[in-house]
Amino acid sequence: MAMMVLALVVILGLELCRGAGLSLRVFGWRFLGLSHWNPVNNDFGPLPCIVGTFVSSLLGLAIALPLSLATAVYLTELAPGWARRPVITLIEMLASVPSVILGLWGMYVLLPWLAAGPYPVLKRCLGFLPFFQGPVGGGYCVLSAAIMIAIMIVPIITSISREVFRSIPDTQREAAFALGATRWEATRLAVVKSSTRGIFGAAMLGLGRALGETMAVTMVIGNTHGFSASLLAPGSTLASTIASEFDEAVGSLYPSVLYEMGLVLLLVTIVTNILARLLLGAVRGRQHA
Amino acid sequence: MKLNVDECLLKALIVRSVRHWTQIVILAAMTVAFAADVSAQLLINGAGATFPYPIYSKWFYKYSEVDPTVRFNYQSIGSGGGQRQILEGTVDFGASDSPMSDQDLALAPSKILHIPTVAGADVVTYNLPGNPRLNLDGPVIAAIFMGKITKWNDPRIASQNPGAALPNADIGVVHRSDGSGTTYIFTDFLSSVSPEWEKQIGRGTAVNWPVGLGAKGNEGVTGMVKQMASSIGYVELVYALQNKLAFASVKNSSGNYIGPAIESVAAALATATIPDDFRFSMVNAPGADAYPIAGATWLLVYQHQRDPRKGKKTVEFLKWAMKDGERMAPPLDYAPLPTNLVERVRAKIEEIKY
Amino acid sequence: MISAVCFACALMVILPLALVLLRLVRMGASSIDWAFLTQLQKPEGEPGGGMANAIVGSLILMGLAALIGVPVGVLGGIYLSEYASNRLKWSVRFAADILNGTPSIVWGIVVYALVVVPMKGASAYAGGLALGLIMIPLVIRTTEEMLALVPNSYREAALALGVSKWKTIVFIVLKTAGKGIITGVLLACSRVAGETAPLLFTTSGNQFWSRRLSDPIASLPRQIYTFAIGPYDDQHRQAWAGALILILLVLSINIGVRIITREGSAKPVK
Repeated sequence: MAMMVLALVVILGLELCRGAGLSLRVFGWRFLGLSHWNPVNNDFGPLPCIVGTFVSSLLGLAIALPLSLATAVYLTELAPGWARRPVITLIEMLASVPSVILGLWGMYVLLPWLAAGPYPVLKRCLGFLPFFQGPVGGGYCVLSAAIMIAIMIVPIITSISREVFRSIPDTQREAAFALGATRWEATRLAVVKSSTRGIFGAAMLGLGRALGETMAVTMVIGNTHGFSASLLAPGSTLASTIASEFDEAVGSLYPSVLYEMGLVLLLVTIVTNILARLLLGAVRGRQHA
Repeated sequence: MKLNVDECLLKALIVRSVRHWTQIVILAAMTVAFAADVSAQLLINGAGATFPYPIYSKWFYKYSEVDPTVRFNYQSIGSGGGQRQILEGTVDFGASDSPMSDQDLALAPSKILHIPTVAGADVVTYNLPGNPRLNLDGPVIAAIFMGKITKWNDPRIASQNPGAALPNADIGVVHRSDGSGTTYIFTDFLSSVSPEWEKQIGRGTAVNWPVGLGAKGNEGVTGMVKQMASSIGYVELVYALQNKLAFASVKNSSGNYIGPAIESVAAALATATIPDDFRFSMVNAPGADAYPIAGATWLLVYQHQRDPRKGKKTVEFLKWAMKDGERMAPPLDYAPLPTNLVERVRAKIEEIKY
Repeated sequence: MISAVCFACALMVILPLALVLLRLVRMGASSIDWAFLTQLQKPEGEPGGGMANAIVGSLILMGLAALIGVPVGVLGGIYLSEYASNRLKWSVRFAADILNGTPSIVWGIVVYALVVVPMKGASAYAGGLALGLIMIPLVIRTTEEMLALVPNSYREAALALGVSKWKTIVFIVLKTAGKGIITGVLLACSRVAGETAPLLFTTSGNQFWSRRLSDPIASLPRQIYTFAIGPYDDQHRQAWAGALILILLVLSINIGVRIITREGSAKPVK
């Protein structure tokens, strides 16, 4: 049975390669650099999707990371005992909310609100930057997708960094206090500083989750191909493109292209996950020791 | 001693396993019970166009009362999907609002028939204060969807609509993210009226949109236009009507601004020339009262049916659709096929072998 | 001061959950009625009807997923913890982590190629398989972790009494870790219950009851998605209602698990 896991990885890779075979033969590796998307003429360039995947994920991570770290610090270092359990439970509940439900909420509650208030304000204040230009529309844009992603990855980053912080021995904190550090200084120097590796690991794990996030992103990103510097412009990600186009992909090349995009997505998530494991491995070791 | 331990453990095991695995056993039993229910009821699966989905779902719903031994399950995933799935054989029938290309038909394992069912209109729908009825001509629509006209109060729009209160707002273009016959009809029309469009974008079930947001299905585009102020999109007429969205009258080849309606679609259908394989286009039809962005929609079935039971039921259903089904079209704002065409389609249905 | 900032961040993290739940209850509760729970969907654009087939469909898919995921996952976990060599352990763990990190949409297209195309059609089997495959690595990892928590002295004691190895595993190790494993299994079930992406291409969808597992099948997450992006107000209403049911399903498993673990957590300490 354990062997099945190994077999599954092989099957996963092989099937994707088989599906992507035609596309690999037609485009080769230069495929990744193509950016024109016109199924009518069999033009397929996934670059905008790849860029969209990374931009939305990294932006989501940028929003989620500080919030998660602050929450983790609060939970391990600052919160009064009675507050910890409920907050942890609530965060775990947030982790279990299905993506499609967050998407539903995003479409009908979050987006109209963002489009009515925060986005126009952003545009007015920072509109001179290329990132905040163009029409706001209904709020369907890369920034909205990043916000959805942030909501989805906050729980995992929080729980991993909590684990990381907890693995720091109390003696280290006590040493800081003994040297006259305030609570904040002790936390910053004794806990956060010595957890950098673990924090990076947690962030990587969150990123891996973010890259493959499908439903909530598909429902709010606007699903268009093409580059735009503006975060308020619609875009697409690898996962959202597969989700919205795989069913309808006609001919033999189009689905094959989508398989190749699946392959790219898989490779990218594998790399981030391996990085995360490497970074977290040291922390885990310390914990067990 | 050893025996004793084993006995205790065995007891514990029994108690535990009963408790622990009950849930799984129940689920398994449910599954088996479900699988065992090999009732006489037949499920025939289809997928494809979203453009005729309101009428198809009505047909299949009603038909489950006409013939309770069969259920037609139809998933509206887009015309591209309908074509692909019938080719791959993952559905029993497909549906599309763009005829399949010769190239795709050549990929099919056996002959695929196009059975036209109803005709409908692509409407240019928008979300503006007061829901005004606008007049638009082909080139202006093309310019809007190419991102060349970006404001609602652009003089090119205003000059065709004297007196209309057009806001100084950005136009939010909404198009399809999936492969779509609705898109095919729309881009077919734009290609036939705008050389620039034809050259840069062309016609197809999915094209390279220069601007705008992508939404899935007619449902998705309607939903997005409805939700987003100052937006514009293209959907089948019934979606705009049922959701109380405004839509434009479009200038036809005779120079008249014609609103989409059953009559104007029927006028377009009446002037279309229909070949024997029923693959035809009816955009920009010549009639003076014809609505220019109209199209028929087809069911795609194999002439030689794999499963005789399904084949028989499919033929029965198609005959019913041509007789009783067509009568349900006008209340849902689709144009039924003219009687002479119905006769031709009936003859074609007789060619299905099972 | 810094404490306040951190507290505010924690609140902000929880805020979306509160907002989602509030909205779900407000929009969903008023829409859940007898018709919603017992009827099939009406033709497109006609109000009324319900999601009965999608609710049952989701349960069936979960059952199928458990049939695949639980035996493979639990046995794999046992093997890993009790039998495997270190090297093998490392590679299986690594593989399980890769599978865990695989986006679920990728599973969707792989199962499409593996099952849907050869079987000539979407089916409950394909959907159940996709969900089951997602469950396997989750269950393996939790099973293994739970077994690792069982003190070695327990195993040694049993072996010293002359109990054979497999009996030791079944009667002693599994018994001790049982609650933890069930927790893992249930959590994995609740995780796949809400998965939508792998079902998009594998189950198709069905307006009617599925009579056979080889037929396309309706499911809650898929139905919520379809109705959410639809234009009709009544569909949106039903999407919220469906979402409320789905989240009740998922959260009740989660909370149930929490109650089990709270009872059980005292045990290993004894």
